[in-house]
Amino acid sequence: MPSSSFVFLTILGSGIATWLSRIMPFVILKKFKLSAGVVEFLSFVPIAIMSALWFENLFIQHLGQLPSLNIPNLLASLPTVLSAVISKNLLVTVVVGVISLGFLRIFLGM
Amino acid sequence: MNNELTVSSAAKETLPTVFGYIGIGLAYGIVGKASGISPLMITLMSLITYGGASQFIIVSMLVTHSPMLSIILSAFLVNSRMILMSTTLAPYFQKESLLKNIILGGLVTDESFALGMNKLNYTNRKLNFAWFNTVNWFAYLAWAAASLVGALLGNFISNPEKFGLDFALVSMFIGLLYLQLISDKSIKFKLQLLVVGFVLVATFIGIIFIPANLLTLVVTLLACAFGVVMKHAFF
Repeated sequence: MPSSSFVFLTILGSGIATWLSRIMPFVILKKFKLSAGVVEFLSFVPIAIMSALWFENLFIQHLGQLPSLNIPNLLASLPTVLSAVISKNLLVTVVVGVISLGFLRIFLGM
Repeated sequence: MNNELTVSSAAKETLPTVFGYIGIGLAYGIVGKASGISPLMITLMSLITYGGASQFIIVSMLVTHSPMLSIILSAFLVNSRMILMSTTLAPYFQKESLLKNIILGGLVTDESFALGMNKLNYTNRKLNFAWFNTVNWFAYLAWAAASLVGALLGNFISNPEKFGLDFALVSMFIGLLYLQLISDKSIKFKLQLLVVGFVLVATFIGIIFIPANLLTLVVTLLACAFGVVMKHAFF
């Protein structure tokens, strides 16, 4: 592990880069208004980003080749989706998800 | 979810996501400790860098002695989706002061963004500082506290994945996606499903040649463009 000062400077640098990504749109859009076309484009961001963050976890990347399936995550997703549909409750969904994957790992050794 | 934009409604609505943060925060703390990072640095990373997946990447790159600039660049790329989320959120806070915009923007996360987008469906497309700021701070403090506890627990648990905790984040995305699908009336349901289907195909193809740290951003941008084209062509 690198020295504490190296670790701290890395944290600080990553922090500033991330913070700027977060605040710059807020600072810029305080003065400017987005065009209708851009607003329409951005209206798809929530569902696109949420599904992308989910689907990425269903595959295992092998750059340059077809991905393989992440079977445990795929199987655990089924009861998780089902619990979301039935309960319409985020907490229930998260708990069912964690228990599902925990079950697969502990009892089925996946 | 209800139509109130108050501190107390925010506290209630953010609770389920806090559970997710605690799961992943613990896992991050444990992994960080197992990699040889001190509990102080683990907690500082959660407070300063504050970016779920990117923190796991930073830890793994520190372990392999990667150069500082390449670690920072990777963190920036993984978190570059924040630019897109902040751009989507900012118009709802244009009337608030610049300082309030910076305070809100500085703590935006995937989950506070998704909660905010969900909330819009109940409030006649409005958000305010009090509500969003509360959601952000609950998330921020839960994340930092869970990281610290994870780092301290790290001496006793070496393999947090065994308990399925790493799936808390994925199940949160599943739940938030579903809630968005059923509550967002501004886009037709069939079109939303079409976009989700596109994301699946684009992820499968993209993962072959797009590095993991850029994949989310590229796929999201493509899916938004696809959504716009489909909307004008068929809806």
